[in-house]
Amino acid sequence: MRAWFLNPHAKKLCLLLCAVPFFLLLIKTINDQLGANPAEALIRSTGDWSIRFLCLVLCVTPLRVMTKTPALQRFRRMIGVTVFVYVSLHLFCYAGFDMGFDWDDIVKDIFKRPFILVGFMGWVFLGLLALTSSNRAIKTMGAKRWQTLHKLVYAVALLAVIHFYWMKSAKHNFEEVIIYAIILGALLTWRVVRFLKTKMAPLVIS
Amino acid sequence: MWIKSPDQRLQDSLSQEITPKEVFEGRRTTLRKLASAGLILNATGSTLSAYAQSSSNVQGGGKLPPLPGAHSNVSGAVLMEKPTPYADASSYNNYYEFGTDKADPAKNAHTLKTSPWSVQIEGLVKKPMKITLEDLLKTHPMEERIYRMRCVEGWSMVIPWVGYSLSELINKVEPLGGAKFVEFVSLADPKTMPFVGSGILDWPYTEGLRMDEAMHPLTLLSFGMYSELLPNQNGAPVRLVVPWKYGFKSAKSIVKIRFLEKMPATAWNKAAANEYGFYSNVNPNVDHPRWSQAAERRIGEDGLFAKKRKTLIFNGYEAQVGQLYAGMDLQKNF
Repeated sequence: MRAWFLNPHAKKLCLLLCAVPFFLLLIKTINDQLGANPAEALIRSTGDWSIRFLCLVLCVTPLRVMTKTPALQRFRRMIGVTVFVYVSLHLFCYAGFDMGFDWDDIVKDIFKRPFILVGFMGWVFLGLLALTSSNRAIKTMGAKRWQTLHKLVYAVALLAVIHFYWMKSAKHNFEEVIIYAIILGALLTWRVVRFLKTKMAPLVIS
Repeated sequence: MWIKSPDQRLQDSLSQEITPKEVFEGRRTTLRKLASAGLILNATGSTLSAYAQSSSNVQGGGKLPPLPGAHSNVSGAVLMEKPTPYADASSYNNYYEFGTDKADPAKNAHTLKTSPWSVQIEGLVKKPMKITLEDLLKTHPMEERIYRMRCVEGWSMVIPWVGYSLSELINKVEPLGGAKFVEFVSLADPKTMPFVGSGILDWPYTEGLRMDEAMHPLTLLSFGMYSELLPNQNGAPVRLVVPWKYGFKSAKSIVKIRFLEKMPATAWNKAAANEYGFYSNVNPNVDHPRWSQAAERRIGEDGLFAKKRKTLIFNGYEAQVGQLYAGMDLQKNF
């Protein structure tokens, strides 16, 4: 298994898997299989895939540590950029299919509605992370500062849950939101616990 | 009223240009127009209008028993816009008793038992009664009403409903002077409706109208659509259709109608009072807190890249219902 993760083709396969939902949606769009309201279906499903990939990318480090599989780290960047791509598609579908690319209306809508503003902020944060995702960016910024910046992903997780919660709030239909909130909450808690342990460990020894 | 509106004439002639089938339907429409405008001699006119009235413009699914409706003379009752394909109107539904996804009702509502069915009419009326569906169907001749349907979520359809004005039933039960509001209670049967009992709404689903709204001739008690009985997912066997209000005001699968002095609580208003008011008249100038109501997507018609069409005040029925709200602040009474 570990050898498999180090296989030169493993990354290509990962990329292919990340692209599967995109191509499925594309095929459905072309074949008119998105139901009576294709615009709504595209906006919702790109949003769904965004939060799913966000959960996935936040799984990488805990899985790596818990299973002691450093090779998993190779896939983190790609999955992270995938999150940004799906959120961008989500924003594109909203701007195009819901707002008809009317930029004045879109800007007004973003600032008028907290629900959309929160989603938009998440996209901006992810954009910063995607822009600084190259090795060169890490070198230029320095590892420490780069790491600090990339902690923004935790804020994105919080914004994503708020955005999704507000979207569902009036309908009192929170099942899905609760599931994602639990997954993301658990992944963040694991990090907090790990941080506290490493901080506390020297104290305990001394 | 058809001939007056330039917009509608435009719609009409456009739809006639699309396919030969449309041409055929357009011809029938023209006959109807001519007949109703009295432009054809009496004897010929009656034959032609009978022909024009003989069937709906659009095909139903062919699986449910037919329920034809005669041409309606109520102002605003026959919209000259292209009806939504039956497949869309019967597969994209909000009927939360059967699930929250819009594909759920069509999948789950087969469990709904629509026979035997009766509607309890009670409250401030001289003749309270429990009326069976069979008697309801016989209360007044069926009419076809082609209405716009605007969902609060920002999409719309054009649906040829079959039924008669609710006022026909109201007159039959003779409301007392104190009756100011009418409440509609939908079926809430946890055995056949999988989502009754979930915390989404306070079941049973209830809706309400002011007495003058309920008595308006456009307010329809509907039993069918597309010249067939209503599919379960569309609110069989009997539902309300209030075309100038957001779709959720039109209660489905009604089991009780109550005449009240005070404004009744309504299901969505109880769930989120800041988002869904008692009136919920279609109004492009009053936004939903989370989205604009200025435009809408016509299901089955507006393509992915088409700009959404402008939403009309009172869903385009201002001429008919505007006076009901004269002097009211519609921003406050949303």
